[in-house]
Amino acid sequence: MESNELDKAVSGEYALGFEIDIETDVAPPGLDEKTIAFISKKKNEPEWMLELRLKAFTKWQTMTEPHWGKLDYTPIDYQSISYFAAPKQAPESLDEVDPKIIEAYKKLGIPLEEQKQLQGIAVDAVVDSVSVTTTYSEELSKHGVIFCSISDAIRDYPELIKKYMFSVVPMNDNFFATLNSAVFTDGTFVYIPKGVRCPMELSTYFRINALNTGQFERTLIVAEEGSYVSYNEGCSAPTRDEHQLHAAVVELVTLRDAEIKYSTIQNWYPGDENGKGGIYNFVTKRGLCKGDNSKISWTQVETGSAITWKYPSCVLKGDNSVGEFYSVAVTTLAQQADTGTKMIHLGKNTSSTIISKGISAMKGQNTYRGLVKIGANATGARNYSECDSLLIGSQCGAHTFPYLESKDTQGQVEHEATTSKISDEQLFYLRQRGINEEDAVSMIVHGFCKQVFSQLPMEYAVEAKALLELTLEGSVG
Amino acid sequence: MITLDIQNLEAKIGDKQILNGLNLQLEAGKVHAIMGPNGAGKSTLSKAIVGHYDVAIVGGDIFYKGKSIKEMEPEERALEGIFLSFQHPVEIPGVNNAYFLRTALNAKRKHEGKEELNAAEFLRLMRTHLEELGMKPDMISRSLNEGFSGGEKKRNEILQMLVLEPDVIILDEIDSGLDIDALRAVSEGINKMKDGKRSFLVITHYSRILDYIEPDYIHVLKDGQIVKTAGPELVAQLEEEGYDGIIVNE
Repeated sequence: MESNELDKAVSGEYALGFEIDIETDVAPPGLDEKTIAFISKKKNEPEWMLELRLKAFTKWQTMTEPHWGKLDYTPIDYQSISYFAAPKQAPESLDEVDPKIIEAYKKLGIPLEEQKQLQGIAVDAVVDSVSVTTTYSEELSKHGVIFCSISDAIRDYPELIKKYMFSVVPMNDNFFATLNSAVFTDGTFVYIPKGVRCPMELSTYFRINALNTGQFERTLIVAEEGSYVSYNEGCSAPTRDEHQLHAAVVELVTLRDAEIKYSTIQNWYPGDENGKGGIYNFVTKRGLCKGDNSKISWTQVETGSAITWKYPSCVLKGDNSVGEFYSVAVTTLAQQADTGTKMIHLGKNTSSTIISKGISAMKGQNTYRGLVKIGANATGARNYSECDSLLIGSQCGAHTFPYLESKDTQGQVEHEATTSKISDEQLFYLRQRGINEEDAVSMIVHGFCKQVFSQLPMEYAVEAKALLELTLEGSVG
Repeated sequence: MITLDIQNLEAKIGDKQILNGLNLQLEAGKVHAIMGPNGAGKSTLSKAIVGHYDVAIVGGDIFYKGKSIKEMEPEERALEGIFLSFQHPVEIPGVNNAYFLRTALNAKRKHEGKEELNAAEFLRLMRTHLEELGMKPDMISRSLNEGFSGGEKKRNEILQMLVLEPDVIILDEIDSGLDIDALRAVSEGINKMKDGKRSFLVITHYSRILDYIEPDYIHVLKDGQIVKTAGPELVAQLEEEGYDGIIVNE
């Protein structure tokens, strides 16, 4: 470990809990049609978008919050949340972005200034409800790649938005997705044209900053025939005593022979050891393998949030399409995670892989919930699932709920599940070889997560490892 | 010269007292074999020396190079040069064998004020040892002990011993589950470590291993005490008369 990493680790605190001191435009708390009109106006949206939002809102009012997750939390008062917050100065270009925001992003490890931008990684920086800047957009446009905020895309590429938005996660899909459809603020739009292999990693960094606001981002990625893109998202939030709601929707579409690799490192503020504060993270992520031979791969490292409710899924519609889900979910302090995936096999010879690793420490509760569904026409479908849980200490818990629905009796489905405690024998073995206790625990945990980390792009794998160390610091012994 | 000096050691596992005033001194450059019936306290003794959590020392003391180690953390004892070859080495999934061993070696080198080995230097070192032990090169890139056969696990213990170069080496049932080829390879590894300075404590049920690693002393452990100490000639007598015979004859 680098020495500054070590310093951070020893402090054992949430390292990204600072606040950016900027003037913010915040909508008054409350949600009604006026709020939605306000958001739409703030974003200079065309009329058709507002109509869709209002339609979603009408639907949402008839829905009830789902409670089937193994999660225990105080009810959310949707009228006490502010649905829009934005840094006051709306920048036209990077020169106009508030230096404090640039400084804050630098602190998060993401330099936005042109000369210091990360090599080979294009970034969309989102603060609260707006995208403040997007790097490398011009460079990418030379390849025909569109990489911009969803707000810009609604104005600039209405045909693509109309065609694909809500095509994977319908507006009335579930309570939180419908809420998002009504009030979504910013997020990223990516379009990779036919036959293009995106020349760099794309990423979005979401930062919640304003007090008492929800963040409702929406991301849409479309990969045309024979194209490829690797996309990464990161997120963090200030340390606060109040819970904050984050309800995002992500839609992915791959056409024939296309591939999307989507990685997440989720590090929202987790709250304290008594469950005070922290982000409520209710997210709908789904990918549609629309074309034959296409592939969607989700990799997630979930270390933050007080509550995580999230099931990145794949609908394998094209023949021979492939869905993958690799997940490490860590719950420590009083965190609760109910996470997993759905693999819906519709096309012939489709295959899916699920590798889920849950780590629980202190009072953390970790649930894997997964569905493998094999449709009547999905002959030759195959699934492999592996769900492993690791417990550190005796107050935490791990739970596994795998569901299987098969209409095709020929389908091949394999499921393996294990739960293990970091055993005293493993720890002792490493210590007897001169490795101190803390390093020994970290070695065992990293070993446990290896299958998932190996799926992450290099830079992110390094970040994920460091983050894991930081998260589990102080929860051992 | 005495490397390890165990004085009147009393130790418990849970509520049960296992060691009852055990005295034992290991000499530099010598091989000490501990033999004894099941339940005599052989494994408890090795655990007490390395500071295993299961064992509570309730009386007496253990001195290593003149210093009491009773209160030392297990990793400190290891860094100071005490090594235990485990009877049942645990499997640690996903932890690369070479990465683990390099971390351990560099922890020790750092402790000794030496420079850490880089990956290339370490790999060269490993290659030599692997060949000596008749281990397949892919053993170092596999997960630590995961899916290893009994023989592979024991060879891996000896590999660690060769790399870490400890001063006091405890071999707990190193011969159990080994076929003749593995036994020979393991013994050769051990014999190579004999340099006139290191002490060996060979804990065993059977005399077979002692044909390969010639002991200087045989200690018989019974009911938590060393009840007899003699030269290697005791092995033959034990074979013939059994533990009861020896002890009755006392």
